[in-house]
Amino acid sequence: MTAEHPMVRLTGVAKRFTKGKETISIFDHLDLAIPRGDFIAVMGPSGSGKTTLLNLLGGIDRADAGEISVADHRIDGLSEGELAAWRAANIGFIFQFYNLMPMLTAAQNVELPLLLTKLRSKERAERVQTALSVVGLADRTKHRPREMSGGQQQRVAIARAIVSDPNLLLCDEPTGDLDRQSADEILSILQLLNGELGKTIVMVTHDPAAANYAKRVLHLDKGRFVERELAA
Amino acid sequence: MRSLWLQVAAVTSINLKSIAQRRWLSLSTVIAIALVVIVLLAFLAMANGFQRTIAGSGADDIAIVLRAGSQAEINSTVSRDQVRLIEDAPGIARGADGKPLISPELYLVVDGIKRTTKTKANLPLRGIGEQGTTLRKDVAITAGRMFSRGSNEIVVGKALLREFEGLDLGSTVAFGATRWTVVGVFEAGGSVFESEIWADLNVVQSLFNRNNIVQTVRARLTGPAALSELKNYSDTDPRLKLDVKSEASYFAEQASQTTDLIQKLGWPLAIAMALGAIAGALNTMYSSVASRATEIATLRAIGFGGFPAFVGTLAESLLLAIIGGLLGAAATYLIFDGVTASTLGGNFTQVVFDFKLSPWLIAEGVALALIVGLVGGLFPAVRAARLPIVEGLYAN
Repeated sequence: MTAEHPMVRLTGVAKRFTKGKETISIFDHLDLAIPRGDFIAVMGPSGSGKTTLLNLLGGIDRADAGEISVADHRIDGLSEGELAAWRAANIGFIFQFYNLMPMLTAAQNVELPLLLTKLRSKERAERVQTALSVVGLADRTKHRPREMSGGQQQRVAIARAIVSDPNLLLCDEPTGDLDRQSADEILSILQLLNGELGKTIVMVTHDPAAANYAKRVLHLDKGRFVERELAA
Repeated sequence: MRSLWLQVAAVTSINLKSIAQRRWLSLSTVIAIALVVIVLLAFLAMANGFQRTIAGSGADDIAIVLRAGSQAEINSTVSRDQVRLIEDAPGIARGADGKPLISPELYLVVDGIKRTTKTKANLPLRGIGEQGTTLRKDVAITAGRMFSRGSNEIVVGKALLREFEGLDLGSTVAFGATRWTVVGVFEAGGSVFESEIWADLNVVQSLFNRNNIVQTVRARLTGPAALSELKNYSDTDPRLKLDVKSEASYFAEQASQTTDLIQKLGWPLAIAMALGAIAGALNTMYSSVASRATEIATLRAIGFGGFPAFVGTLAESLLLAIIGGLLGAAATYLIFDGVTASTLGGNFTQVVFDFKLSPWLIAEGVALALIVGLVGGLFPAVRAARLPIVEGLYAN
């Protein structure tokens, strides 16, 4: 089942950027299949296309050629509006710099994705409380980002990413702005989400220590993947 | 639909809460818009005050008779014989003694000195007949007494006294070859007559060598239909080449010319300034979108649509505009409302009036501010809605 119906499938994906008169090819013919419940770390040198890959998987950037399917759903042909609705239901983003709204409290930040659902206020509040509990911040609901450490802010961002129960979590350097201890806490939470809640996670990172928390590491170099299995 | 409005509310709330992060740029936009509104409302308050003073001067039951084709009292002449014919005209009310309630009047221009600028200006000296004061509303002597018939005494309107020097009670002033004594100050319900000097008609005629002519005749009408009776009488008698109007319509015409002029100056100036304010608002709102690019892109990545980003940006612009508009209106009220000024009226003499703001004028000012906010926010709002997510995520 998993082999035939992976969570993510890229087939012949090409992506090019134009800079002035120069066209730079990031991927020419990229193939990838990520099984459901996997936790993948994507590593590679700067400019290798790690973040571009994440953006394509999340439907916030478009491929120039090829097919992209997530949970058996082709997303490469969707309109902007359809993509937005699809992202709301299926994707949780976690960014390097957390990307929280500075003027909102932790609970209000976490609630944002739920505003796109039909849930009532009370149900949204319950979900927010649950998500914040999962990341250990149940007592910080009314704190604003500036009143929290970097690690705590990233945990709020994780809570925001999981509050609508998406299938796929896309993490762009989630520990890139954190000290080692905070980074380990964040990575442990991601492991928990993967192991206990079955979330499929794709994490872009430069940090080998962070990559060690993943089940698999994919090295991206010159538009191709080089896979290395990790010891459990 | 509910979700869409929740998104709009959330994004709008985020935008508005983040204004404090861009306080100086936002403040400059608010001030620019406030200045536009101040300029516009100052002109409109001036026009409104002038219009109220002039147009409020006339009564419907008073007829004013001028030479045919005269635009104003200053260029009208009515002969003594014509006055006699008017005395016998139909539609004119009569007093208890059976005499017609009319006031032949001579309107002359004399020199005055403005208190503020010490410059010369034209003042109206009106020689009025015996019924002159009773044919005007709310005329009352507030200091001194009424001039005596047959003497070279004058009474001065209180608005004129406020603005021009040398006319204080008890002082003497030279008009033409004669010195006149100020024996009283009068009010006339805030009307244009408070910008005049009054004296006895016969004395003015004599001392200014106008013995056989007056310029206008005012007459109290017997009823609503009397004006047309009087007009018919004038039109059918070849000796009377005169125009007959109600005093109210005469002053409405007088007011409209200057009011139009003030408004035609005020609106273009305000619109020119509004274009500058729009440029400022565009700059502010583009900066706002740029500084919020990551927030906008993050929300879009989460699944928010472009429309909430559009509305949120526009709401921010409109909020700044309405603050600017209300600030401008409040400043105009505090600075200008009730301020006394004088300008040339239809008779080429000074009319003293107060700047007067009204709720409707304030609404016009705020509406202009909202237009500035709408135009200034529209293009940045489109930019916010169309911002490529990847570009926004890595903008800051």
